[in-house]
Amino acid sequence: MNGQPEKNLVIRDITKSFGSVTALKTVNQEVRQGEFFTLLGPSGCGKTTLLRIIAGLELPTTGSIILTGKDITSLPAAKRQVNTVFQSYALFPHLSIFENVAFGLRSRKFPEAEVQKRVAATLDLLEMGAMRDRGPDQLSGGQRQRVAIARALVNEPDILLLDEPMSALDAKLRAQVQEELRRLQRRLGTTFIMVTHDQAEALVCSDRIAVMNAGEIIQCGTPEEVYDFPRNRFVAEFLGAANLVHARRAPGGVETEIGYLKLNREPDWLEGLVAIRPEWIKVGAVKPELNGVHATIQDIVYRGTNFDLAVSPGAMRVRTNAFKNFKIGDQVWLELPPNELVVLED
Amino acid sequence: MKESSILWRGEMTTRRALTGRGMSFLSGGMLWLLGFLILPSLIFIALSFAERGVYGEVIWTFSLENYRRLAGFSSFGWTPDYLLILGRSVIVAFVTTSVAILLSYPLTFFIASRPERSRFMWLVIIIIPFWTNIVIRTYAWFFLFSPEFPFARIAAFLGLIPAGTSLYPSAFAVYVGMISDYLPFLALPLYSSVERLDWSLVEAAQDLYASRIRVFMQAILPQTAPGLTVGIILTFVPTMATFVVPDLLGGAKYMLVGNLIQQQFGASRDWPFGAAISMALMLMTLFSMRIYRRKGKKVDLL
Repeated sequence: MNGQPEKNLVIRDITKSFGSVTALKTVNQEVRQGEFFTLLGPSGCGKTTLLRIIAGLELPTTGSIILTGKDITSLPAAKRQVNTVFQSYALFPHLSIFENVAFGLRSRKFPEAEVQKRVAATLDLLEMGAMRDRGPDQLSGGQRQRVAIARALVNEPDILLLDEPMSALDAKLRAQVQEELRRLQRRLGTTFIMVTHDQAEALVCSDRIAVMNAGEIIQCGTPEEVYDFPRNRFVAEFLGAANLVHARRAPGGVETEIGYLKLNREPDWLEGLVAIRPEWIKVGAVKPELNGVHATIQDIVYRGTNFDLAVSPGAMRVRTNAFKNFKIGDQVWLELPPNELVVLED
Repeated sequence: MKESSILWRGEMTTRRALTGRGMSFLSGGMLWLLGFLILPSLIFIALSFAERGVYGEVIWTFSLENYRRLAGFSSFGWTPDYLLILGRSVIVAFVTTSVAILLSYPLTFFIASRPERSRFMWLVIIIIPFWTNIVIRTYAWFFLFSPEFPFARIAAFLGLIPAGTSLYPSAFAVYVGMISDYLPFLALPLYSSVERLDWSLVEAAQDLYASRIRVFMQAILPQTAPGLTVGIILTFVPTMATFVVPDLLGGAKYMLVGNLIQQQFGASRDWPFGAAISMALMLMTLFSMRIYRRKGKKVDLL
């Protein structure tokens, strides 16, 4: 294990059923110490259930949770060195910001001087020092979120869990907070495990992303890995827009409804899907050397920084820079570079 | 000068018209309160300083005599009898309310945790006693506490009462009667808060290493305080003034201020003294609620 990061959290054969409903089918995953790990998936995929099992708010049906070598599966939340930032933040409305943050320390009967010192330091870290005497109802959504993070971090947890932390924030603030959260995590070196359904958020924040669907982890890897090389249709479609093309294996590539496409490696199936992101398709007036598709523009959506084109054949979406002047009905040449074509497993 | 129109909640109107309409809606209730609450109260205050005539009529000469008498002073010296009754009333109200709180929390959490369909049934079970007259409900305890029933037998077996006697009249019977009569007044408002409890606060407290007591005090009590407060008022205020239950189940052994007042207006025909006791009761109730409010300051109960 030399040179390998210490394995911090091990999720081993976890399953969870609520009556006849299966929330988690066998989940196995390691989360390394100090990484920003994200569970990404649509609602109902089991990501929050998995987070709650790690937090000690839910017992798994089978399997175990191991934190730095110690089995903590049956330890309740109050006995785990794991703290949670709840989706609704769950701040105590009758307590001041200071007392909210001090809650965990006071529960464990820390001496007053220590409480004062640590709470003040944590509030300063999150730039909330000026708000210490206010009540939660006097704060904005973004400030409440900072308090929720401070309240968890002040306990110096081994792992910080974040359940959809951005869901209560507006879009503009969200982008800013994502970066701040990332910086905070890097600075502290604490393991963060975040649950989200927002792929952009997962891509911005994470060291690694586990894409979940229907109670299973479908693919786990760095943001680049899961975005650029989705394993299957679900991952390709869930992480951003993707054009999926039905294909049949042919020498050096695939034969599709939009013509022959050369690939870097031949697929191991006979019939299946290849994917390409709209932004990797090049649009031009002349026929490219490789993987050219002659297409007609069916629809144009202006998005400020770019145009989204809907083209036929193949009902593909193409994202292109905004400086070109397109009209509906224009004939164009598309280039689908072999490097950007991803062979999906299903 | 023409008054300018305003748009009020989507309605085109004028300020004057709105005020006029509001006043006309209010006037009925205002007149009712004035005629049947404020005026009688003022008469009562005046009455409490008046004097009883030889034949029970009211003589409008004002003195503090009634209050002196309530404090125990008479031409025969000082006795604590009335003060004891007042003090006992406060204790009965306090104990009844406290026991009702202790019983209501598990009860309301139990009901709130039932599936939605059976929740309604449980609530009906709590509400059903309301459909029965309080006198009849109290008489029902006569049966349950009579010597032939198990309660009295068990008490006799344990040597708490002589064999063959009933459990009433006694302080115990008064407490049981009061608590059973007033429990719904506490449980129902409390339930309305418990039903809407945000469990994520409980989970947050658990996540932050809170002990069970701390979880209750910090995550559950503040959230249920609104319902609890209403429940406490609805229980404490009437128990301070109740006279049916102590009259039937307490007898002469356990007189409360309600019985004392009833006696003055009934048998003794001493309205001025009755009015003075009523004033004292009102002040004590207000004062008790005040103490409660002070204590509950941190969670902003009132």
